[in-house]
Amino acid sequence: MIKILKLFKNLNKRDYIFLLLTVLLIVFQVFVELKMPDYMSQVTRLAQTPGSDMNEIIKNGFFMLLCALASLVTLIVTGYLTANIAASFSRNTRKALFDKVERLSVADVKKFKTSSLITRTTNDITQLQMLFAMGTIFMIKSPVTAVWAIMKILNKSTEWSIATGVGVVILLTTIFSIMIVVSPKFKKVQKLTDNLNGVTRESLTGIRVIRAFNAEEYQENKFSDINDDLTRTNLFIQKTFAIMGPMMNIVMHGLTLAIYLIGALLISKAMLYDKLTIFSNMVVFSSYGMQVIMSFLMLAMIFMLIPRASVSAERINEVLESDISIKEGTLEKGKANQEGTIEFKNVSFKYPDGDDDMLKNISFEVKKGETVAFIGSTGSGKTTLVNLIPRFYDVTGGEVLVNGVNVKEYKEEALHNIIGYIPQKAVLFDGTVNYNISYGKNDKKKVTEEKIKEAINVAQAKDFVEKMEDGYESHIAQGGTNISGGQKQRLSIARAIARDPEIYIFDDTFSALDYKTDSTLRKELKKYVDGATVLIVAQRIGTIMNADKIIVLNDGECVGQGTHKELLKNCDVYKQIALSQLSEEEL
Amino acid sequence: MRGARGKAPEKSKDFFGSIKRIFKEIDRYRLLMLISLLLAALSSVMSIVSPGMLSKLTDTISSGIGVNSTNMTTIVTKINNPIDNSKILFDESLLIYDRTEYGEYLDNNTTFNYEAFKRLPNSIKEYIYPSFEIDGVVITTDDQIELKKIFETVDQTNSEAMLKAFDSAPESVKKVILPTIDFKKVLTYGSILIMLLIVSAFFNYLTSIITAIVSNKSARDLRNRISYKINKLPLVYFDNNQVGDVLSRVTNDVDTVAQSLNNSLATLVSSLTLFIGAIIMMFATNVLMTLAAIFSTIIGFVFMIIILGKSQKYFIQRQEELGKLNSHIEEVYSGLLVVKAYNGKETSDKEFDELNEGVYKANMMSQFLSGLMQPLMGFVGNFGYVAVCIVGALLTLKGSISFGVIVAFMIYVRLFTNPLSQIAQAFTSLQSTAAAGERVFELLDENEMDDESNIKNKLALKNAKGNIEFKNVKFGYTDDKVIIKDFSASAKPGSKIAIVGPTGAGKTTIVNLLMKFYNIDEGDIIIDGISIKDLSRENIHNLFTMVLQDTWLFNGTIKDNIRFNREKITDEEINKVLDTVGLKHFIATLSNGIDTEITENDSISSGQKQLLTIARGMLEDAPFLILDEATSNVDTRTEELVQQAMDKLMVGRTSFIIAHRLSTIKNADLILVMDEGNIVEMGTHNELLKQKGFYANLYNSQFKL
Repeated sequence: MIKILKLFKNLNKRDYIFLLLTVLLIVFQVFVELKMPDYMSQVTRLAQTPGSDMNEIIKNGFFMLLCALASLVTLIVTGYLTANIAASFSRNTRKALFDKVERLSVADVKKFKTSSLITRTTNDITQLQMLFAMGTIFMIKSPVTAVWAIMKILNKSTEWSIATGVGVVILLTTIFSIMIVVSPKFKKVQKLTDNLNGVTRESLTGIRVIRAFNAEEYQENKFSDINDDLTRTNLFIQKTFAIMGPMMNIVMHGLTLAIYLIGALLISKAMLYDKLTIFSNMVVFSSYGMQVIMSFLMLAMIFMLIPRASVSAERINEVLESDISIKEGTLEKGKANQEGTIEFKNVSFKYPDGDDDMLKNISFEVKKGETVAFIGSTGSGKTTLVNLIPRFYDVTGGEVLVNGVNVKEYKEEALHNIIGYIPQKAVLFDGTVNYNISYGKNDKKKVTEEKIKEAINVAQAKDFVEKMEDGYESHIAQGGTNISGGQKQRLSIARAIARDPEIYIFDDTFSALDYKTDSTLRKELKKYVDGATVLIVAQRIGTIMNADKIIVLNDGECVGQGTHKELLKNCDVYKQIALSQLSEEEL
Repeated sequence: MRGARGKAPEKSKDFFGSIKRIFKEIDRYRLLMLISLLLAALSSVMSIVSPGMLSKLTDTISSGIGVNSTNMTTIVTKINNPIDNSKILFDESLLIYDRTEYGEYLDNNTTFNYEAFKRLPNSIKEYIYPSFEIDGVVITTDDQIELKKIFETVDQTNSEAMLKAFDSAPESVKKVILPTIDFKKVLTYGSILIMLLIVSAFFNYLTSIITAIVSNKSARDLRNRISYKINKLPLVYFDNNQVGDVLSRVTNDVDTVAQSLNNSLATLVSSLTLFIGAIIMMFATNVLMTLAAIFSTIIGFVFMIIILGKSQKYFIQRQEELGKLNSHIEEVYSGLLVVKAYNGKETSDKEFDELNEGVYKANMMSQFLSGLMQPLMGFVGNFGYVAVCIVGALLTLKGSISFGVIVAFMIYVRLFTNPLSQIAQAFTSLQSTAAAGERVFELLDENEMDDESNIKNKLALKNAKGNIEFKNVKFGYTDDKVIIKDFSASAKPGSKIAIVGPTGAGKTTIVNLLMKFYNIDEGDIIIDGISIKDLSRENIHNLFTMVLQDTWLFNGTIKDNIRFNREKITDEEINKVLDTVGLKHFIATLSNGIDTEITENDSISSGQKQLLTIARGMLEDAPFLILDEATSNVDTRTEELVQQAMDKLMVGRTSFIIAHRLSTIKNADLILVMDEGNIVEMGTHNELLKQKGFYANLYNSQFKL
C-alpha cells in the first residue's frame, strides 16, 4: 500500500486538483444516491395507496429522477476526472521510469535484466493503471457510502444493526479466507504461465534441433505437464472463487430477509402507534443495509486488487529508487593536442557480482591514427576492456584516459561524441535505412544524405541497400529481422562511420562477415577514416595481422603487446592462436 | 521519419464463424454444458419467482400495522353512544338503588364520572353497555367502561392520539381491533425464500464450477493442440511468422477465449433467461405497462450502444498505441548500449513522449467511455422505475389495473434492465473472444507437412552405410526466388565434406534439404540408394547428428540439456562428453556440477553454450553428421580441441561441415565451394588453392587488410 502511495509523486498539480474535485463530487453523489430511496419509497407508497393524488406521484417521481440525473451527471464528471488521473498517472510514471532506465549504467541494466525492465515499464504500469482506473472512485465512494448509510440507520434498531454487522462479517470472512487460500496460487499461475511461455519459446526457437533429434514428443510432454499443472491451478482458483458469487447473493438477500423477519417480530410486539414507524424503518433499513454491504464488498474487491498492484509498484520503485552507479563528469572536451589518444593506466575491473577480476592491471597507450587490435580466447576480457572506453562500466582500479582526460571527468554525451562504437551484436531500430544510419546525435552537423551514402558505401552495404525495394528509404524491422546477420552488421558499421568519430571501436564486429567482405571493408575503411584511431576486437588472426599494435589477452591479463611479427616471436599465447588458424608457412 | 510499425488491430473478421467454432470446440463437454445451462436457467427462474415471494412477505407484515377499522368503528360508536334511555333507566332504578348516588352521576352527566359510574349496580351498567360480540370475541361491560374512561381523556379527532389510546385498551378490545401478523404465513414465506436462496445459490455455484471445468479443460486442449501443431508445421511457417506471434496465440489468445467462456457463458444464459422471463411475465400481466417499461429503457439502450461502439474504437486504438509504445520501449532497452553510445536519448525521448501521449489519450477516452456504462444503466433503471409508477398510477385512477400490478412491475423493470446491461457487456467481451479464437484457429488450420504414414521404407541405423548423392537439386523458399539452382554432388561413406561460400550462397539451405526440413522442388537426394522422398522425416533425422550455429539450450539442468530426449544416456557418458569438449573444468566450478540450472541470466558465455550443444550432438550415434557453423562462437584454440574430438567422432561417418573459418575445413576430403546456389569449385584444400579461383581468393582475403 505504501509502495503504491510512493508513486503518487508522479501525479502533477492538475491531477491533485482533479483528485480533490473527485472526492467532493463523490460526496455529493453519495448524498443524492442515498436521497433517492426516500423519494423512491414515497413513490412506491403513493402508487400502492388507493386514491393517491396523481400530482404527488409525479412530483416525487420527478424528484427521484432529478436525483438520478444528478447522480448520473456527477458520475460522468468523476468518470472523466478519474480516467484523466489514471491515464496521467500511468503516463508520468512510465516517463519517469523510461527516463531512469535510459540513464542507468550498463551494469545497472544487467542487474535488473533487460526483459524485466521492459515488463516493468509496460505490464507493471498497466497493472497499476487498472487499479487506479477502477479503484479511485470505489476507494473514495465505498467508505463515504458506508459511513453515510450507517449514520442514516444508526439509531433505527439494534437488532437490525446486529444483523447487518453479521452480514458484513460473514462477507469479509469469506472474502479474506478465499484470498488467503488463493493468493499463493496466483503467484504459481504467473510462474507456470512463464514456464509455458518458456517451453513454447524453446520449441519455436529450437525447432530445427528438436526435429533433428526427433524430440518432438519430448517437448510436447514437457509442455503438456506444465499445461496440466496450470489447468489444475487455474481450476483450483476458479473453483474457490465460485463460492464468492453465491455467497454474496446469500448474504445480500439473506440480510434483507433477516431484516424483514426481525421486523415482523418487532412490529408484532410494538405499540400500535410504533408499528407504522417500524415498518417504514424496516423498508428504509433494508435498502441502506444493502448499501453498507455493497460498500464493504467494493472495498474488499479493491483490497483484492492491491496485493497484485503493490508487487508491481514495488518493482517500479525498485528501479526509480536505484542509484545510478555511474556519475557523469562535467567536461565537454578533452585536452587540445591529444585528440584521438587512449591510455589505460594499470586498469583492473571486476563485475559487481563476479568473484575474480575480469581485467588485471592492464596498461597500454594508443596514439592518434593508430590501429590497435585485441585478441584472446573466449572469456579473456576483450569486450570488457573496450567497454571501459565509452564508460559502459567504471574501472575498479587504475584509470582510462581518452584524449588525455580520465573518462570519468567527461559529460557522458561529450565522451560518446568522440567515439564510434560498433557492438558485437548489431542493433538496428525500426525505421528506414536512412533513419538507422543517421541515428543519434553528435556535436557535429546533422548527418547529410551524401554522408549516409558514403558511409554505406564504405561499409560494403551499398549493393544490398540499393537492391532493396525502396533503397535508402527501405524499412528495417525492429532488431533488423528482415535482413541477414552480415547485412545488419554492415549497416551497424555504416552508422558509426556516418558520425565521423575520432575513435572507432569494433567489438568483434567482423566475425559475422565472410572473409572477402571483411577484408574489402577494412581496406575501404582504412582509406576513409584516415587519421582516426581504430580499436578492433577480433578472433581471426587475418583481421588483425596488419594492426599497428596487437594486445593479447589471456584470463584478463595482458600477455603480449606488439606487432604481428613481434608477437609471433615472443608471445606463446599469440602463436598458439595464430597456429590454430593458419599453417606454419602461411604465417 | 520512421517507417510504419505496429500490427493491425485484432478485430474478428467473421464474428459468428469464430464463435460457432468455439462452440464446436467445447462440444465434447456437451453434457456438462447442458447441465450447467439448465442450472443457470433454473436459478434465473428462481430469481423471477423470489421477488413475488418477497412482496407477499411484505404484504403479510404490512397487514400487521393497520388497525381493524370496521371493528374499530363499531366499538367506538358503541362506546360513544351508550343506550340513551337513561330517563327510563333512572325511574326504574330508583326502586332499587340509592338515589343520591345515581343522582350524582346524572348531575355530572356532561363529563363522564368513571368512579361514580363504576359504583353503579352491574345490572345498570350492563344495561347501558351491554356486552357484545365481534369476531367471536366478547367485549364485556367492564371493558367497555374501561375504554369509555380512556376515550374521555383523548381528543378523538386526533388519529395519532386515538392510535395511542388503543394501546392501553382492554385486552378484549385490543384483540379485535389491533392488527396481528400472521406468523404462520411469515414463516412459510420466509422459509420458501430461504430455500429459494440456498437452492439458487447452490445452482449458481454448480454452474460456476462446471463452466470453470469446461473452459479450463478446453483451454488446456487448445494449448496442447497448438503445441502438437507446432511440430506438424513445415518450417516455412516459422520463416513467415514471428515467435512472439505464435507465443501470444498459445497464451494470450487461448486465455482470452477461456476467460470469456468462463465469464460470459453463464452470464449470458442466466441474463437471457431472466430477460425473457421478465418480458413474458410483464406481457402476461399488462401489455400497456410492458410497452411503457420497454420504451423507457430502450432510450437508454440506444445511448449505451452508441457509447459501446465509440469506446470499442478507443479500445482498439489503445491496444494499437500501447503496442507501438511497448515495441519502442523494447527496442530502446535492448539496444541501450547503442542508444547511449550514439547519444540517441533525445531522439528516443522525443518518440517516447509522442507515443506515451497517444497512449494517454486513448487510455483516457476508452476508460471514460466504458466507465459511462454503469451509471447510465443505473439511470435507465431508475427512469424505467418512475415511468412504470406513473403509468401504473394513471391506469389505477382509471381503474383498469389493480395495485398489485404496479408492485409487480416495479420488480419486473429491475429484472428487465439488469440482465440487458449484462448481455451488452457479455457481447463486448465475446467480440474480443471471437478475435482471439480466430487467431487460435488460424494456427490450428495451417497446412501441415505431408503425411508420411504411407511411407513403408525404412533405413535402419545398422543398415546405413553412409552414401549420399545430390542429383540436380533445385529449390527455392518461395516460388519466385530460386536459391539452389542445379546442385549435384556425392559423398562416400566416412568422408568429410565441407561446404564454403559467401553469405547467402545457399550453404544452410543444402542442410535444410538434406534433413528434409524443406521438400526439394526438382531433382533428388539419395541416401544409401533410397530417395529421401521415400523415407520418413523421422527416419532421416535418426540417421543424422546435427549441430547448428544457433546455440539452442532450454531451461533445465546442464544434464537435461545434454541428455535431451535420449533417456538411455547415463551420467557417466555425459561427464565424459563434457570432458571431451573441454568443459570439464568449467562444470567443476559450478556449484551443482552438471545439475546446475541453465537460465537466461547465467554467466555461461556464448562459446560455452556452443560447446554444450556440441556435447549434446556428440552423444547421438548416427551414421551422418552435420556441423552448420557449429564452432563459430568458440575461440580458435578451443575450436581446435573440439575439432580433434569431432574428428574422432567422424571416423566412419559421413560428415558435412559448413564454416566461415576456412581453417576448420582444411583437412576435408572434399570442399564444395558454393556461390549463388551453385557449386562453382570442388576439390581438396590444396587442389583448390592451386586453381587460384574463387576458393583461393576467399582464402587469401583473410590475410589482407
